[in-house]
Amino acid sequence: MWPKGSRAGSWIQRGADSSGFLLLKTLSSLGDFAFFCRSFLQWTFRRPFRLGPFFHQLEFIGIRSLPVILLTSAFTGMVFSLQVGETFRLFHAESLVGATVGLSLAKEIAPVFTSLMVVARAGSAMAAEIGTMQVTEQVEALSSMAVNPIHYLVVPRVLAAMLMVPCLTAVYGFVGVTGAYFVSVHLLGIPEIAFTRRLTYYLDADDFIGGLLKSAVFGFVLALVCCYRGYRTTGGAEGVGRSTTQAVVVASVCVLVLDYFLTALIINFLPEF
Amino acid sequence: MIEIVDLHKSFNGQNVLRGINLTIQKGSIFVVLGGSGQGKTVLLKHLMGHLRPDRGRVVVHGVDINTLDEKGLNDFRKRFGMLFQSAALFDSLTVGENVAFPLREHTRLKEAEIQERVRERLRVVGLEEVTQKMPAELSGGMRKRVGLARAIALKPEIILYDEPTTGLDPITTDSINRLILEMQKKLPVTSVIISHDIESTFSIADRVAMLHEGKIIEQGTPAEFRRSTHPYVREFLKIGEQK
Repeated sequence: MWPKGSRAGSWIQRGADSSGFLLLKTLSSLGDFAFFCRSFLQWTFRRPFRLGPFFHQLEFIGIRSLPVILLTSAFTGMVFSLQVGETFRLFHAESLVGATVGLSLAKEIAPVFTSLMVVARAGSAMAAEIGTMQVTEQVEALSSMAVNPIHYLVVPRVLAAMLMVPCLTAVYGFVGVTGAYFVSVHLLGIPEIAFTRRLTYYLDADDFIGGLLKSAVFGFVLALVCCYRGYRTTGGAEGVGRSTTQAVVVASVCVLVLDYFLTALIINFLPEF
Repeated sequence: MIEIVDLHKSFNGQNVLRGINLTIQKGSIFVVLGGSGQGKTVLLKHLMGHLRPDRGRVVVHGVDINTLDEKGLNDFRKRFGMLFQSAALFDSLTVGENVAFPLREHTRLKEAEIQERVRERLRVVGLEEVTQKMPAELSGGMRKRVGLARAIALKPEIILYDEPTTGLDPITTDSINRLILEMQKKLPVTSVIISHDIESTFSIADRVAMLHEGKIIEQGTPAEFRRSTHPYVREFLKIGEQK
């Protein structure tokens, strides 16, 4: 169609080359990640169970994330109820503010925002710490001392994230609703009884369970992605920076994309969700 | 005894090792000399099974380490100690915890026994007083000595040294060389050192090999090595001795 060597032909050729390269690179990365996951699963159930690093990670991911979770959840609940309250006032439906905020927090906002906060605070630290260990030969030193780095570095982090992200999600939801209650009742003048009665009427166990299940999966995926990016770091300080950025971006996107599919799945299994 | 037979390794089409053949006797100090980027570290990584060869074998004490599965290789590595070029100390642990790390992982010693072993190993490298310090508080030479204390914590049969004297001043270099020799006297170990430090090499080596462009171009005792007629070895020795 285009003469050989023409400018258009050359552009198409270059475009095809770079698309092919990108496709191969993506497939290669996915394959490598699959092997990493397999290795993680193999080492998760092997002795010794590393309780020391596991409890350290519980503290790092859970306890040390509490301040940022408390702060963001309180203001999320407050601003949400402010917006919803003002809008619902137009339809004389202010009594539904509690239920709306509660349902949104339990089902979506708490699991997703908590996970994003954990990615930003703990996930970035995981990628940076493991990445630094990689480029300073500390990961290789572990292997040299007959300690599997995935067993020692990755397994405790991922398991701790799976456990702590749901706990933080529960805290996020509770504090968010408390913030919403404060704004609705004390600033918007919505009757307390209307707020709490509608909240408890519409919110049931399935909403909580669904949200917590999602957050456990988010915890697993975000920790695994961040550890993987750290583990594959090359290129010194610049490489650590690059890995950390990639870890935060990829883990955040994974959380948001997974949210849709998990919600669709949970709706099938928990009809009340 | 360590036998390396026809070892080949390439990365992205670039041949780094092109048929290495070496025999390292038990209890000896074997130094592999070579310029930067000649594949010395790649060779060392094959000895511990961190890299799998494209072709060839690495046989350590009669075991071809490439036939071992992940668990077997992990167990086999307990017989090795390795001193990294950067020392590779865990920077979140104190010096004492670094040296205690392999003991806590692989022995059932009581805490008091572990502490005693840590003190003893740090005494060997002359750093008993830094047990509670963090690696970031140590100088380069001290970090290497702590790395050595950690490498010998489990009483290994083979110690691998990755450029142990690179970047150190002459006095610290001398102290590291003396440590390697003392270690050889006190523990029945085989030492494999990769280096480009000619002076240190001739002061400690039982045998020396020269790695160039992925091949061993010369090997022998230090005296034999000095008499080499290979043009690259002659030039390497000439420039090295001028420094």
